[in-house]
Amino acid sequence: MINIEIDGKQIQTENGSTVIEAAHQAGIAIPHFCYHKKLSIAANCRMCLVQVEKAPKPLPACATPVSEGMKVFTHSEQAVKAQKGVMEFLLVNHPLDCPICDQGGECMLQDMSVGYGNGHSRYHEEKRMVLSKDIGPLVSAEEMSRCINCTRCVRFGAEIGGQMELGQAFRGEHAEIMSFVSGSVDSELSGNMIDLCPVGALTSKPFRYKARSWELSRRRSVSAHDSLGSGLAVHTKDNRVLRVLPIENDDINECWLSDRDRFAYEGLSSEQRLTKPMIKQGGQWQEVDWQAALEFCANGLRQIASGAGAEQIGALATGNSTMEEMYLLQKLMRGIGSDNVDFRLRQSDFSADGKQQGAPWLGMTIGDIGRADRILIVGSFLRKDHPLLAARIRKAVVRGAQVNVIHSTDDDLLMKVAHKAIVAPDAMVDALSQVAKGVAAKQTDGIAGSLASGERVAVLLGNFAQQHPQAAQLQALAQQIAEATQGKFGFIGESANSVGGYLVKATPAGKGMNAAAMLAAPRKAYVLLNVEPELDCADAQQAIAAMQSADLVIAMSAYKHGATEYADVLLPIAPFTETSGTFISSEGRVQSFNGAVKPLGEARPAWKVLRVLGNLLKVDGFDYETSQAVRDEAMQGVDVAVKLNNAVSGIESKPAVVSGLQRVADVPIYATDAIVRRAVSLQATTDAAQPKAWLHSKELSKLGVTAGVQVKVAQGQGNALLEVAVDDGLPEGVVRVAAGHPLTAKLGAMFGTITVERA
Amino acid sequence: MLSQQITTLIDKELKKYPADQRQSAVMAALRFVQDEKGWIAPEDMADVAVYLGMPQMAVYEVATFYHMYNLKPMGKHTLTVCTNLSCTLCGAGDTVGYLEKKLGIKLNEVTADGKFGLREGECMGACIDAPLLNVNNKKMCGKLTPEKIDSILADLEGGKA
Repeated sequence: MINIEIDGKQIQTENGSTVIEAAHQAGIAIPHFCYHKKLSIAANCRMCLVQVEKAPKPLPACATPVSEGMKVFTHSEQAVKAQKGVMEFLLVNHPLDCPICDQGGECMLQDMSVGYGNGHSRYHEEKRMVLSKDIGPLVSAEEMSRCINCTRCVRFGAEIGGQMELGQAFRGEHAEIMSFVSGSVDSELSGNMIDLCPVGALTSKPFRYKARSWELSRRRSVSAHDSLGSGLAVHTKDNRVLRVLPIENDDINECWLSDRDRFAYEGLSSEQRLTKPMIKQGGQWQEVDWQAALEFCANGLRQIASGAGAEQIGALATGNSTMEEMYLLQKLMRGIGSDNVDFRLRQSDFSADGKQQGAPWLGMTIGDIGRADRILIVGSFLRKDHPLLAARIRKAVVRGAQVNVIHSTDDDLLMKVAHKAIVAPDAMVDALSQVAKGVAAKQTDGIAGSLASGERVAVLLGNFAQQHPQAAQLQALAQQIAEATQGKFGFIGESANSVGGYLVKATPAGKGMNAAAMLAAPRKAYVLLNVEPELDCADAQQAIAAMQSADLVIAMSAYKHGATEYADVLLPIAPFTETSGTFISSEGRVQSFNGAVKPLGEARPAWKVLRVLGNLLKVDGFDYETSQAVRDEAMQGVDVAVKLNNAVSGIESKPAVVSGLQRVADVPIYATDAIVRRAVSLQATTDAAQPKAWLHSKELSKLGVTAGVQVKVAQGQGNALLEVAVDDGLPEGVVRVAAGHPLTAKLGAMFGTITVERA
Repeated sequence: MLSQQITTLIDKELKKYPADQRQSAVMAALRFVQDEKGWIAPEDMADVAVYLGMPQMAVYEVATFYHMYNLKPMGKHTLTVCTNLSCTLCGAGDTVGYLEKKLGIKLNEVTADGKFGLREGECMGACIDAPLLNVNNKKMCGKLTPEKIDSILADLEGGKA
């Protein structure tokens, strides 16, 4: 620590920090544009010039390291004169279009020119003009003349996003921010450039001209689209969500948001929203009132329970349902005598059930991952499944951490990967057990060597590992490796409330059936909470068949979706922005939120719908007044920290049974849940392109087809016509075909045999 | 695709830098491309990016920053006339005017037969010889007069570069 003085205030600060950091610590504001605490120092805007004693001229505070006894003046005559001079230059070329600029009201340049600008300009010549750019459906670069060339967006791409898609081309007066040969910006974190842009050059395309920033109300919420628990500031006007911004929390999402979290809100006002309860009568859908719909449901369930037996009723929820909803769903099911309830829809191996000591979780905090020095990522489409976690690991790699990967695809993680084993799904267990053996034998090279040499080892099991048919074995092996390296291991939860689902026991116990069993042995009745079976389940074909053969399907959903084909009742429920609720993030953080807007039409929060259903079915203890009361009951006596435990024992090894080509299925980043699937701008991105059948070029020549042609991909009775594409990063013997997409919804299990033939 | 000659030259250049800093060779690599093709197409920049393991946009930044890289075809012989202060004071405007008239093209244009391209350049650091022009960024010609320009063009026409 060293002592410096800023504006006469004595400050103790860390050696090596900069003047602007020291000032911010002490609560002294220094005007700036290009400086950002999370980005490298560019010192190109010059706005932060300050006077430093004994320095012959003003120095940029962002690039000046502190030294013992330094005296800094941020508002002295010399400093202010310099700052005003810089301001005048910045405004020389800046258009005076604040009245129609989306940044108006939240613009750093606007704010700063109030403080440091002149009432009128001394510059009367022509302003420079920079042409607009089309960089994709999310970020608008329509008014690049507003750009002050701070390069925050460029640095964000290169340093946080991991890919430099924007750059500053040309120089001097001709310098402009652009992408290479007018390409689009495809980063899954691109929306952060909008927040970073201090002016109105990069703005949100979906939000463009929708509202002025001061007209918006702000509500706190929590992301429903991945398991990180990112804080959302939901901005609303006239009872509509108009945009979503991050709430800063260094332990979770820092100051970032993934594009999925940021732009998914468009799905909330989709035309497919279900706004009235509906019943199918005589093959026709009829709008009815809530009373009729709920009585229909209660009667139907009662009949099946008393006739065929309650075990003929199954309940499925998605992992991004709130904790309150899942708690009431399982309470309702158990109240009517069925133990068939599950939220792990894409899981295929349940052999760890009953052998786990607690609820599976991240096994460490998100911060721990950033501080790890050796990381093993098993079975994860990390960048697409958990974009911000990938960014955090990327930062750890820059600081010297080694990342190792065991997976069935070799997607670019946009970070340096120390070692990787890319194997077919049936060889995953073998690959991981090799590492476990290597670590035990103090191997010095390869993945095992990398892990063994670490002090803070993290082994992370991704979505693919959790959905794998040998998931329990992968878990047991990860545990072995973590023990041998004195590290930690855990699951990167698939959805916003994966941990919550376990904690409120939305999983079968005793004789109950899990998600896969309920669909493999079709039930007579299903209660679906947010579920789109053909898109959300491990085996789409089987799920649809089960729905179609059921006598009663009650679909609680915010959307009119595929359920219109097979459901008997559609109950309009509120998505997470229209209800209060709680998500428990992967690291066990319990975060409650309130509705940001009122439910659309006659939609109601699902906890209220379940409460009334409970009353109609005369199940005890369904008299909640508020969702808080539900939460308090659900969490009564639950110590989250104690309940979270990944330890598992007694897992039997079972061989992988696959013949022929194996399917590798990812759930594309913008196909993960019902809201995201209906967010139009996200659906227009490159990441939301139609799924293809990806094969290694050797497999392609075996099949005698060339890239770009249509092929028929088949599993069981279903097939899909897909374009074939080459990915030599894939192991031989596999076909990568995405799940969660309507185009592939007729196919079978996400893992297993798949055939490809000429269309 | 980068030609064999270019990659050989880049490999030689790379020996000057640490193995993990291949992008240090980007300026040289772009020069080799331009020497061979006369200009640097975006596809060539992309190839250089792949070869050096750097972002395409970063190559584009370099290629657009430096004035001596041609971003469009500039003919077999690119004549770059310095129009900075010293040269302008010594008659660079006349030099440009004479060349434009003689070649029948304007600045930033190429003759119909593709032989000559005319560009404006920045200070070449040899103001003592002003006004200056540079042939293909390789050969500097100073103290220009109409007669001298005629002889330079004649030499180039005759194949003496």
